[in-house]
Amino acid sequence: MMREVAVVSFAQSASVRAEDTRNEVEILMPVVHEAIERSGIGRKEIGFTMSGSCDYLAGAPFAFVSGLDAVGAWPPIRESHVEMDGAWAMYEAWVRLQHGDIDSALVYAFGKSSLGDLPDVLVLQLDPYYVAPLWPDAVSIAALQARAWLDAGHTEEEMAGVAARSRKAAMANPMAQVKGDHAVSDLMREPYLVSPLRRHDCPPISDGAAAVVLAAGDLARRVCERPAWIRGIDHRIEAHSLGVRDLATSASTRLAAERAGVDGAIDVAELHAPFSHQEPILREALGLGDGVDVNPSGGALSANVMMAAGLTRVGEAAERVIDGRAGRAVAHATSGPCLQQNLVCVLDGGVAA
Amino acid sequence: MPGRAASRFLRGIEQGKILGQRCPSCRKVYVPPRGACAACGVATDEEVQLGDKGTVTTFCVVNVPFYGQKIEIPYVSATILLDGADIGLMHLIQEVAATDVHMGMRVEAVWCDPADRKPTLESILHFRPTGEPDAPFDSYREYV
Repeated sequence: MMREVAVVSFAQSASVRAEDTRNEVEILMPVVHEAIERSGIGRKEIGFTMSGSCDYLAGAPFAFVSGLDAVGAWPPIRESHVEMDGAWAMYEAWVRLQHGDIDSALVYAFGKSSLGDLPDVLVLQLDPYYVAPLWPDAVSIAALQARAWLDAGHTEEEMAGVAARSRKAAMANPMAQVKGDHAVSDLMREPYLVSPLRRHDCPPISDGAAAVVLAAGDLARRVCERPAWIRGIDHRIEAHSLGVRDLATSASTRLAAERAGVDGAIDVAELHAPFSHQEPILREALGLGDGVDVNPSGGALSANVMMAAGLTRVGEAAERVIDGRAGRAVAHATSGPCLQQNLVCVLDGGVAA
Repeated sequence: MPGRAASRFLRGIEQGKILGQRCPSCRKVYVPPRGACAACGVATDEEVQLGDKGTVTTFCVVNVPFYGQKIEIPYVSATILLDGADIGLMHLIQEVAATDVHMGMRVEAVWCDPADRKPTLESILHFRPTGEPDAPFDSYREYV
C-alpha cells in the first residue's frame, strides 16, 4: 500500500526570453518562498528539499548547489538534486515521502537558457559516439521526429493547430511567454525554420523557475482544503539511439500511462510537448479522448524553461485540481531527445477508493 | 551573468568602493554579495559599504610555476576578512616577503590607477600590510 502524497502548492516565475539582470538564485528565491508560503507549512518544517536543474545551462560544474541559497540550508537540511527536469525531482521526493518518516517536501527547478546557445547546448545530451559529433542542434533533431510523424499519415496543419491552440490558451496565463490569437491558415504561410518545423512548432527559449510542495496524508489534509493527490506516478525510458525506435509513437509514455493509472476519467492534461507534433504523439500514447482539456496553461510551446517545464506541468495540473477546476488530471514530463524519457503522474482531488 | 547583487558589487569596484550586503535575518554581511543569505535563505537587499582594510584569516604560499603565471613566485594568496564583513575575500598579499605573511596580519587594498579601474576584482592589484598590530585571534576565529 502506497502512502498518500499530494501536491499542496505551486509557484512559478514568469517565463522570459532572457533574465538580463537576475542570476538563477535571484529568479528562484521568490518562487520558492511563494510555494512554501502557499503550502501553509513552515519553511523549517519542510522535511525534504529536492531540486532539478542542469549545470550545462550555467556552463559551470556544481552550479546547482547555488540554488540552495534560495532555501536557507542551515542548520543542515535533508536535500538532494537531479540533473534533470524538476518533475524527476518530484518523483524522488515522492519516493522519499514513501519512507514514512517525514511528511513534506519542497521541490524546485530552475533554468537560465539565455546564457548559452540552447539548441547547441542540447547536443551534449546525445549519444557521444555516433550522433553528438555531428552537432545536430535540438531543432533539427525534433524535425527528424516531426518528419517521421508526418510520414505516418499526419499533416502540418495538425501541427499548426496545436500551436494556435497553445498560444491562445496562453493568453489566460500571465506567466506564459508566447501567446496570441492566430488563424491556422496564417501560421501555415510562415516559412520553415527547419523543415517541416516552422517557428510556431518550436518552443521559445525561456529563463525561469518553478516549485511545488508535496505533503503526505493528514498533513496534506490539514494544510490544503483539496489536495491534488498523486494517485499514480511512473517513469519509463527508451533507447538513447534515435535509429532504434519508432519516433512517430511514444512507447515509454504508453507504458508509464498504464502504470500510473491514466484512465477515461481524466479531464485535464498538462503535457510536456516542446514541439507541436509531440502533443498528438503523447495524446495517443496516453489514450486521451477528445473531451480532455489539453495544456490549458499554453504548455511548453508557450513557455519552456529548461529543467522546470516538466515540473510546471505537474504544478499547472495540480493547481487545477486544488482549486476545483479539474477532478482528475494527468501531468506529463519529458526528457532527452525526441521524447526519449517520459514521466506520467495522475493527480486527483477526490478521496481514494 | 553575475546577477543584480554581484553587478552592484562590480560597478562599485569600478568606482573604488567595496560594496557588501547585509542579511535582514542574521545580520551577517556578505562580500561579494550574491543577493541571498545562503544560511537563512532570504534576499539580502541592504547595501553596506566596507572599508578596504582587513585581516588575513588564512593563506597559501604559491611555489609552483604554471603556464600563464603573471606573478613571480613565491607569492601569497590569502583569505582576507574585511572590517565589517562576515565572509572572507580571496586576494593576493604583496609588498611583504611570503615568509612574513601570517594569520591575523592587518592588510589594506592597493587599487590600480582610477583611470584603469574596471568592473573586476583585478582593479584591486593586491593587499599589503598596514603595519598595525595583529588582530587578536578571537576577532576572526569564526571565519577561519
